[in-house]
Amino acid sequence: MTQILESLFGGLSIGSVLLLAALGLAIVFGLMGVINMAHGEFMMVGAYTTFVVQNALKKTALSEIYIFIALIAAFIVTALLGMLLERGVVRYLYGRPLETLLATWGVSLILQQFVRSVSWQFIAGLAIVCLLFLGALKILSRRPDFERIRGWAIAIMLPLSAAIALVISSILGQTFKLAVTKPWFGTQGVDVTAPKWLRGGLPIGTYQLPYTRLFIIVLTIACVVGVYWFLNKTAWGLRIRAVTQNRNMSACLGIPTKTVDAVTFAIGSGLAGVAGVAVSLLGSVSSNTGQSYIVDTFMVVVVGGVGKLIGSIVAAGAIGTVSYVIGSNAVGPLVGFSSTLKSFFEFFATASMAKVMVFAMIVVFLQFRPAGLFPQKGRTVDA
Amino acid sequence: MTVETVEAVVDVQAGASVRRRRQALLTEMAIAAGITLLLLFIIPAILTASGQGVRVNQLGRFLALAIAALGIDLIWGFTGLLSLGHGIFFALGGYALAMYLQLQLPSGQIPEFFNLYGVSELPRFWQPFYSFPFTLIAVVVIPMLVAGGLGYLVFRNRIRGVYFSILTQAALIVFFNFFNGQQKLINGTNGLKTDTATLFGLQVGSSPVIQGTFYVLSVLLLLAAYAFCRWLTSGRMGRMLVAIRDDETRVRFSGYNPTGYKVFVFAISGALAGIAGALYTVQSGIITPKAMDVAFSIEMVIWVAVGGRATLIGAILGALIVNFAKTGLSEKFPEYWLFFQGALFLVVVTVLPAGILGWLRTEGVNWLRSLMGRREQLITYPSLEEDPDVQYERKNLGDRESDS
Repeated sequence: MTQILESLFGGLSIGSVLLLAALGLAIVFGLMGVINMAHGEFMMVGAYTTFVVQNALKKTALSEIYIFIALIAAFIVTALLGMLLERGVVRYLYGRPLETLLATWGVSLILQQFVRSVSWQFIAGLAIVCLLFLGALKILSRRPDFERIRGWAIAIMLPLSAAIALVISSILGQTFKLAVTKPWFGTQGVDVTAPKWLRGGLPIGTYQLPYTRLFIIVLTIACVVGVYWFLNKTAWGLRIRAVTQNRNMSACLGIPTKTVDAVTFAIGSGLAGVAGVAVSLLGSVSSNTGQSYIVDTFMVVVVGGVGKLIGSIVAAGAIGTVSYVIGSNAVGPLVGFSSTLKSFFEFFATASMAKVMVFAMIVVFLQFRPAGLFPQKGRTVDA
Repeated sequence: MTVETVEAVVDVQAGASVRRRRQALLTEMAIAAGITLLLLFIIPAILTASGQGVRVNQLGRFLALAIAALGIDLIWGFTGLLSLGHGIFFALGGYALAMYLQLQLPSGQIPEFFNLYGVSELPRFWQPFYSFPFTLIAVVVIPMLVAGGLGYLVFRNRIRGVYFSILTQAALIVFFNFFNGQQKLINGTNGLKTDTATLFGLQVGSSPVIQGTFYVLSVLLLLAAYAFCRWLTSGRMGRMLVAIRDDETRVRFSGYNPTGYKVFVFAISGALAGIAGALYTVQSGIITPKAMDVAFSIEMVIWVAVGGRATLIGAILGALIVNFAKTGLSEKFPEYWLFFQGALFLVVVTVLPAGILGWLRTEGVNWLRSLMGRREQLITYPSLEEDPDVQYERKNLGDRESDS
């Protein structure tokens, strides 16, 4: 009995993290058909935001409920980042999903290195580059022949402003020494400590349900309900659903599809930030945090299909439970009658080998349901 | 009567175009042979003479990587399938050769690392790797079979686009986990070292003969792979691949089944990656599960993107340029290489979607001309000038009064 409960709970808690991470991805994928490879890095940014908020509120009265403030902050920070990504890159690649995938991978590399090397000196240099470069372009754009000289202007101004920024930031580094050159987070992982009321666990029989896991499950439920409410009960939700079903027809009927794209991307990224807060409670946060979740999250989207939210929920639950059950070798005792089967399951009884098994199952599953559990219904051949 | 004249025109022109094409092919072969000779005899000599002997080894490795890039170009550039899992095939090829090299021991012994994990008997799947011919076949065939199997399972369900990319990436993670976790079978994280092994009585890592041989092999196999891909993409097959890339639904409605073509080209591409992996492994001295890193497989794609999609030369150039840039930059600014790489992805995709070669062919030419103060080239449709129907219409129907 305890064992079944344990497997169920373990699977549920893995599944809830997966679902939280996949929620935003699934919405964006359903709407725009693009996979955001930087989604995992948005989770990481969310986790680092939690770390920053926790340190900022350490000595204040809010230190016990910092996690809620972190949730809001992480949502806002990653939503803004997502908006920036959509406006700056993704919208130019509309209709080219594979290129979008590569571009967002580039963004994810930049974000990873950014959290490793960000320091005051770095920020100052970046600000100077932006200020000089964009300022110069702004001034030049008043000239009547701007269109003609634009290529040259960029080619000259970009290295020039980068060089100036390099000089100034190295001077800053020389004068203020470690105060500005010390990286904020560094390459080592940082730890987020859960508030006191989240430590420990709820005892059920001999087994303890950790409160952090319970918190994540509750958070996931809240997010799913929130997304459900947003998509089904609000005006923007209606627009998003309309564009998801038929983009051209929605555009004909006056729905601003570009704005819908931006809003959806922002919300999807914001959800990644919330997932990041949850992940930060589970272990130490480093620049690779996002990478370890991203592929499982993709699998949830693939198995779930893009038609309905329920697909992601079921898929996340199923993948979570199956990987936990196999990874913890819960099947082993059940098949004790056959030694071959037993050793077979023992072979897969680690978290990483469970992934091998789960992937094989997913490939088999896709033979029967190639478009996932709940495919979008339609009559187009390209569906 | 007029129809006959038209046909006569066709014949003359077809003959001319065949001759022109043959001439172009001969020129291309001559250039390829020239570059091969340059790579074989002159560049290594120059590099060694100028004290940059290490660079020869680097060049050899990057030439091996260029073979993998050719494979990526086949499936992505020509067929439009973005695989993010080519690290699997690369590593399989590398592991196959490394296993053979590990087994170059006095009889009765087994590779050293097995003792660390208390394995006293050679696992069964190592046995065939005692044989050199088997290993050579395995380097090509194992990645090919894995790619073909995976491709068949995916393509027959018409899974494509982003779904295919994600699935290959997941497969990559799975293989990584498998190789990384199985210490008792293939030494897990530590991978297999090849530089201390001996081949034909010579130590692989330090013997200049062996390393030189593998350099030459890389050059020659790259040439062979290029010729093969060139042949494959220039005929009907190539047109089929491009058709699948541009409009798969229409291909299917025209009565073709794209599944077979896709599986075939994916398997070929996997085989090329396997060869590349084997050559790379010997020249770098080790193969670890790191070759199945997610980042490395995506990097392969960016080589092709930088050089120019659907241009085979572009794939080779891209692999060489990006890798030399990588070693150069990461030697100087190890911290900032990721920034450069990320920016590379963004810039190539947004500003240079056709890659360096594609840009050179279109805008680059005009840019050079405008630098020299000459007018831009007008884009025309030369095929119209040769099209017999158009000619016929122009001659017979063009000058009627109703036109003017």
